Amino acid sequence: MASEKITVALAGNPNAGKTSLFNALTGARQHVGNYPGVTVEKKWGHVSLGGQEVEIVDLPGVYSLTAYSLEELVARDYLVQEKPDVVVDVVDAANLERNLYLAVQLLELGVPLVIALNMVDVADGRGLKIDPDKLGRLLGVPVVPTVARRGKGVERLLDEAVEKARRQKTWRPLELSYGSDVDQALGELTAKLGGVGPALSPLSPRWVSIKLLENDAEVQKQISRELQLDGQLDPMRHKLAEHLRLTMDDDPEGVIADYRYGFIGGIYRQAVQETRAHRLELSDRIDKVLTNRLVGPLILLAILYGIYQFVFWASEAPVGWLEGLFGWLGGMAEASLPDGFVKSLIISGIIDGVGGVLGFVPLIMFMFFVIAVLEDTGYLARVAYLLDRVLRLFGLHGNSVMAMIVSGGISGGCAVPGVMAARTLKDPKARLATILTVPMMNCGAKLPVYALLIGAFFAAQQAQMLFALTLVSWGLALVAARVLRWTVLKGDTAPFVMELPPYRLPTLRGLLIHTWERTWQYIKKAGTVILGISILMWALMSFPALPEERAAAWEAKAEAAVTEEARQEIEYQQGQDELAYSVAGRLGRALNYVTAPLGFDWRTNVALVGGFAAKEVVVSTLGTAYSLGELDPEDTGGLSERLAKEPGWNPLKAFALMLFVMIYAPCFVTVAVIRNETGGWKWALFAMAYSTGAAYVIALLVYQGGKLLGLG
Amino acid sequence: MENFETLRMLPKGGRAVVKRISVGGEMGRRIRDMGIVPGTEFMVMGRAPLKDPVEIKLKGYNLTLRNNEADHILVQAVEG
Repeated sequence: MASEKITVALAGNPNAGKTSLFNALTGARQHVGNYPGVTVEKKWGHVSLGGQEVEIVDLPGVYSLTAYSLEELVARDYLVQEKPDVVVDVVDAANLERNLYLAVQLLELGVPLVIALNMVDVADGRGLKIDPDKLGRLLGVPVVPTVARRGKGVERLLDEAVEKARRQKTWRPLELSYGSDVDQALGELTAKLGGVGPALSPLSPRWVSIKLLENDAEVQKQISRELQLDGQLDPMRHKLAEHLRLTMDDDPEGVIADYRYGFIGGIYRQAVQETRAHRLELSDRIDKVLTNRLVGPLILLAILYGIYQFVFWASEAPVGWLEGLFGWLGGMAEASLPDGFVKSLIISGIIDGVGGVLGFVPLIMFMFFVIAVLEDTGYLARVAYLLDRVLRLFGLHGNSVMAMIVSGGISGGCAVPGVMAARTLKDPKARLATILTVPMMNCGAKLPVYALLIGAFFAAQQAQMLFALTLVSWGLALVAARVLRWTVLKGDTAPFVMELPPYRLPTLRGLLIHTWERTWQYIKKAGTVILGISILMWALMSFPALPEERAAAWEAKAEAAVTEEARQEIEYQQGQDELAYSVAGRLGRALNYVTAPLGFDWRTNVALVGGFAAKEVVVSTLGTAYSLGELDPEDTGGLSERLAKEPGWNPLKAFALMLFVMIYAPCFVTVAVIRNETGGWKWALFAMAYSTGAAYVIALLVYQGGKLLGLG
Repeated sequence: MENFETLRMLPKGGRAVVKRISVGGEMGRRIRDMGIVPGTEFMVMGRAPLKDPVEIKLKGYNLTLRNNEADHILVQAVEG
């Protein structure tokens, strides 16, 4: 029978094995994107079942449909607006009682439902005897035992889901009793709402009433928008709330939740036989060591350090290959294209820009792989648990440390995977604070700048200086986070009530899918923005070109040069003249008024403008500007000597410049990633503005303060 | 009303039954969503290095929450 496509939505608690089930159902045919307007991941895939086209949509993992978090809001909106034909609720059989809380809410909503009783093997091992048929009868929905990681029961589940979708075309809400007081108030509200007819469809008036009593802000908004009942419902709600406060010292949402758990408890006791004693499971025994108050932090440090070493070690070779590839492409273009703007655009604008993005891919891939391992084994939740108290002092979250270390907490990281690592944070404000501050860490691109300036002005204390800069960057990032949380990101921290999932051995397939889908998102999205900015930066530094007579004068001079050395010197001067004449050069000179108090000259300004493309460019632009021509950022000896002798340069200025480079606007790859991760330009632009402002103030204080102390 | 201890006061390894959640709004909802409701028995598994957050085990799974959230969970200790 060929019929219309059936949509199956997968719902369930985090850690219930939803991802494994989704992978088992869809195989390799899956797509990833974001829900429109939000950064919550959307995954979907297609299966064909005896000619029947089935689309499977993976909803974000949630504990409840209260619309408390972004994930919950997305999941609920999807169910209400898209009306999938059937919902499969994936419940963790070993943790059935709490998992049924979501199931009951889905039943109350009324969607056609099938329950996947997942990980029955684990439940069995823990001495839980669950009777799926009895459970199904008591809940009134099909219950299919599965072991998604091994593909057990998956086919039967799909059959049941399709069958259910064909049988039940309408929503049938389960009506629970919440005690006489609440029930009476519900009756009054429902009568009022029922009168307005199908305006609420597919929601039942009773469900809406429950949400109103639960103080659900989203539903309240929707009601006042769509129905002309303003003010008529509030007195009923308030009367009940007041009554419950007086008689039970509780609020309606509390009472409703308690009755739901009462309903679940009754079913649980009938369908499940517990033979387990209060014994510690393997997971708890591992935790006795890993989250031990004394040893735990040490193990954590060792693991974080190991990860960092692994990622940069493993990605070194492939990054080198990609650099080689783009170098080769550049060389090919250099040799085969005629001189001119097109050639310059292709080499400096496109190949360098795209190369800059793709060069990061191996690094990002390994980083995501490691994060996937930490997440899938359950260790990441322990990291948050161990470090939460310390980072909370700064308005961050236990998971923020991951992003900070990756970004350069140990010198040489990179803010691009760092910003993306902040995805694992659930508290939205702490997440934003993390994203906005990790670019201050000392990433690998800042190191050549430090190497240059330390070599020139602090040759005697190189190691101490680099160590001091590491401490300064940690301090600054944490303080900046604190300040942001007191100002633009003001507000209470979201409650930190987090599940510590049992340790599990991740499946390689799951890890690879995770890693690849996130890496691909990076390539796709960051790629387009970065290409644009790269071309813009190229144009800034190339246009306008020198007027013809001035260019011709340089040509003539170069031809008249007697020795090869003299000719090169003239070409360098020409390069400097061209740079000064370009928009970037003019900008550099215009910025003189602004940066003079910091001790910077116009050539430093141009280097800093170029450093927005990538911080290494600060070194190579300084090289061009100080007449040393093309400079390898890795080999800065010559420029170091030159700067040390240059008038106007001294250790104080160098230190102020290093601080400025550490703090000011993140490089454009990072900015593009911030845009993607925060869902818009607003925070990306804010990141550039506030960090450049902070860099200015701090460099100013250091430079002027140092001068007052006679250090300049 | 009887006075109960809060979750914050319990020692490591201690067992207790939830008596009341004394907070509403987002925090109260979140606590209840995770299965902490009157009548639930749990055990304190341990505390993080700076004594905060606290980890408990209930309904067969492990949950961690901050002390300022634990303050709103009124409990009665269980012997044994």
